Amino acid sequence: MTLKTLLTGATVALGVAAGAVTPAQAQDDKTKVGFIYVGPIGDGGWTYEHNEGRLAVEEHFGDKVETVYQESVPEGADATRAITQMALNGADLIFTTSFGYMDATVAVAEKFPDVKFEHATGYKTAPNVSTYSARFYEGRAIQGHIAGNMTKSNIVGYIASYPIPEVIRGINAAFIHARKANPEVEFKIIWAYTWFDPAKEADAATALIEQGADVILQHTDSTAPQAAAEKAGGVVTFGQASDMAEYKPFPRVSSIIDDWKPYYIARTQAVIDGTWESQQVWDGIGPGMVAIGEITDAVPAEVKEEALAMKDAITSGDYHPFTGPLKKQDGSDWLAEGETADDGTLLGMDFYVEGLDAEIPQ
Amino acid sequence: MRFILPEILRGSRPSGDGGSAPCPARESAPPMKLRVEKRPQPSRRWMYLSPLLAVLVTMLAGGALFAALGKNPVEAIATIFWEPLFGEFAFYYRPQLLVKGAPLVLIAIGLSLGFRAGVWNIGAEGQYIIGALSGAGVGLAFYPLDAWFIFPLMVIAGALGGLTWGMIPGLLRVRFGTNEILVSLMLVYVAEKLLAAMALGPMKNPEGMGFPGSRNLQQYPSAHNADLIADTGMHWGVVAALIAVIFTYILLGRHVLGYHIRLTGQAPRAARFAGVNPARLVLFCLGTSGALAGLAGMFEVSGPAGQVSIDFNVGYGFTAIIVAFLGRLHPFGIALAGLLMALTYIGGEIAQSNLGLPAAAIQMFQGMLLFFLLAVDLLTNYRLRLSPGPETA
Amino acid sequence: MMDLSSISPILLLASIMAASTPILLAAIGELVVERAGVLNLGVEGMMITGAICGFAFAVNTGSPALGFLAAALGGAALSLLFALLTQFALANQVASGLALTLFGLGLSALLGQGYVGIKPPPTTRLDIPVLSDIPFLGPVLFSHDAMVYIALALVAAVWAVLKYTRAGLILRAVGENHDAAHALGYKVVRVRVLAIAFGGGCAGLGGAYLSLVRVPQWTEGMTAGAGWIALALVVFASWKAGRVLLGAWLFGGVSVLQLNLQAAGVALPVEYLSMSPYLITILVLVIMSADRSRAPGSLTRIFHASQ
Repeated sequence: MTLKTLLTGATVALGVAAGAVTPAQAQDDKTKVGFIYVGPIGDGGWTYEHNEGRLAVEEHFGDKVETVYQESVPEGADATRAITQMALNGADLIFTTSFGYMDATVAVAEKFPDVKFEHATGYKTAPNVSTYSARFYEGRAIQGHIAGNMTKSNIVGYIASYPIPEVIRGINAAFIHARKANPEVEFKIIWAYTWFDPAKEADAATALIEQGADVILQHTDSTAPQAAAEKAGGVVTFGQASDMAEYKPFPRVSSIIDDWKPYYIARTQAVIDGTWESQQVWDGIGPGMVAIGEITDAVPAEVKEEALAMKDAITSGDYHPFTGPLKKQDGSDWLAEGETADDGTLLGMDFYVEGLDAEIPQ
Repeated sequence: MRFILPEILRGSRPSGDGGSAPCPARESAPPMKLRVEKRPQPSRRWMYLSPLLAVLVTMLAGGALFAALGKNPVEAIATIFWEPLFGEFAFYYRPQLLVKGAPLVLIAIGLSLGFRAGVWNIGAEGQYIIGALSGAGVGLAFYPLDAWFIFPLMVIAGALGGLTWGMIPGLLRVRFGTNEILVSLMLVYVAEKLLAAMALGPMKNPEGMGFPGSRNLQQYPSAHNADLIADTGMHWGVVAALIAVIFTYILLGRHVLGYHIRLTGQAPRAARFAGVNPARLVLFCLGTSGALAGLAGMFEVSGPAGQVSIDFNVGYGFTAIIVAFLGRLHPFGIALAGLLMALTYIGGEIAQSNLGLPAAAIQMFQGMLLFFLLAVDLLTNYRLRLSPGPETA
Repeated sequence: MMDLSSISPILLLASIMAASTPILLAAIGELVVERAGVLNLGVEGMMITGAICGFAFAVNTGSPALGFLAAALGGAALSLLFALLTQFALANQVASGLALTLFGLGLSALLGQGYVGIKPPPTTRLDIPVLSDIPFLGPVLFSHDAMVYIALALVAAVWAVLKYTRAGLILRAVGENHDAAHALGYKVVRVRVLAIAFGGGCAGLGGAYLSLVRVPQWTEGMTAGAGWIALALVVFASWKAGRVLLGAWLFGGVSVLQLNLQAAGVALPVEYLSMSPYLITILVLVIMSADRSRAPGSLTRIFHASQ
């Protein structure tokens, strides 16, 4: 038994070493790009958009690039295996599209130093691991502006997923701009504790609507809240992660679209050119990672103009959604007049701004 | 089937219900009837053959399914069953079989004891989770201390956690006669909510930027359930599974408790006359299966999975039920069945990646495996007899 | 800051009625099956198969009614597999039910591949002319879509059939003591197969309600454990039709209430609150069994005629 295990161990070690070397000299000069998805590509939201990015890569590079993907990969050991599988099968660049893949990505990256890895929304890097994320809060600011203007009941419902900095940033950005447009507006927040669960999202939307909300913002990825809003009538919603165009022009009046296409094409090009380097990227509307879906005519003309102007200002860098004077919820000062929030604070945001009437669950 | 239907529907009682007497339409030959007769003893031959037959039939049916999905059936079946064992990257996949199979075997062994005695623990998934939480909790409590005793303490905690969770339906059954199937099942949901609560609250990683999930135990050496020999997939959970298999074999074959378990399952009244204390047996079975499931959870959370996260549990507790049946509730059979299930998982993933086979197809495949096994099992306990003439009372 | 006044009790109760319909349908079907002496753990598989069958048919034909019909047929068809295994191949009911669940989940995911993200044809709300205008009861009881009423009617029908008709008597007899029933000349297997098919049909309807009305969308695994809750409901109701309704309201109610409380600003430990239906079920199970309350006598025992 011991001898067998020793031999197996030796073979495995050799094999992994061999495997680590092989992918570099990929079979032909086709670059292989792999994608690990946390959900199904038909989810109409997060994974759907990543897959759109993959399709764009295929279209852009034609025969020079081959893509593979695996969907609905659970986090943990299964993720490690899926990523390893891709690397063993000769991938040169692998995108792991969920925060929960962080440790798995780093672990596999160690074993395959010649393969490049891109981890979405994470914070751990390595010589062959980059991280990338989008400044969704920029889109939330625009949404908040429209929401504040369009609500008649002065109650905006927010379906939040998990109390993590990204979500809190979104709530804060939306609230700040809703309040600016409408000093009477209030936010009602429900924590769904899921990124994607249509049944729960529908229930949450209904509960919010029943309590008087006539605008629904969501940080969850299905179209269920739109359907619930449509059923109730007279409720404004925004598309999340993807355009959710089938609910145009009402209730969906605009949307935040995750547009990974430019980034994926750029990184694939870097691998082909040999110029790929590990980096931490946090892009917003400017570089094109966050797109604002068409603002329909259900939105009053002046509001639409203001929203588009804000979008341009954010794009050019003239305006930052978190610009002082701003105070924290507990009353303490946060940003002085004209001061903008730094990335560090934003990345770790764990407080609400002044005026929000709720508590962040612990 | 054409023969069996009228037979069973009619039943075999002497007093007619109108039209029960078989009516020979042809005078020439007496009508043949396919009868289902209970065997005096389960057939040994079929006991070994039925799993094999079931696997073969599943391969055929699965192949048909894959063909219907537009994939080459032979290629698909080969990818699932052959590739992980002998394919290009088998050196990587073979250890993964151990990784995937160990928790299944460990849990299934515990379940098999109960199933043999008529104690139905359907809540192994919940006991798995609680074991993981207990073990990880102990490990995290000691962070960042480095000491040799941390891991053994985690093991004990994991076993105790699972044991406790399994004892709840046990005690309720013994004390109140409550159905353990439903109680253990409900407790699975309670455990899942508890897992989420822990991952979001008390066990959340303070250095994790606010994201849910605990510290990664793989990075905490004293608590890491590492491979005993690197990259072989052989972690302490695999060792535990092996020990469990051997231990259960001895228990069932040589020990009086094993005898009691087998007796209770086959003839409950006789067992009571033989002096078996039913309450104690129930508690033993549920406690043991709970402890083993808890251990599996603990080994998994400190090893392959690494952290307490909301989606930590992937259904091993339920798949283990299939493994237990597939292995005919016999320790060695379970070991083989566990590896077979692991093969379908791993091979299924390869098929997904290489052939674009949908993940759902693999799930159906596993369900079919159990279906066919249960159907083929008929032959083990019952004899199909073709006999002429009307049946006698 | 809490603002409980923002919760409208009328809307809340109306929501609870709608939320409880899927599990109510599945549970009343399973009640019939269990009264006949069979434990079908495959409710989850049948529900989700019904969900996709109903969804696909509704989308393809444009009619939710046809969708519901297809869902019932789909659920019943799947349940016949279970019937085949347990009544003819004499397999273990627990394992067969689990196999059904697993198979159903996989089958539905496969069938549903082309239907993710599609909008189904809407199911209209039925407003009953005079009754809907009654101040409180109106919106709560009389402004729902047709399926809610059908579900309630089904519960009433099952109760009446079990209590007052000969067919119900036979079913109960088969469930209490199948050997005696067989000796009396009742066709045990046939009764059970019919009961199983009925249970499958009801579960299918429940699943379709989720995908066509409640959400309405198709996603893999969307029943999210509703089938298991339905099983618990049957026991919670101690196999009595009327109590199934109460139980369904309780279970449906807890999740709806929890969301409403959150929206009203009540700081809840959400995860702990969502445990409560299951804990309550266990409590009820204990009370019921301590009370020696009647599970049908031959529940889960295999019936074989030539014994």
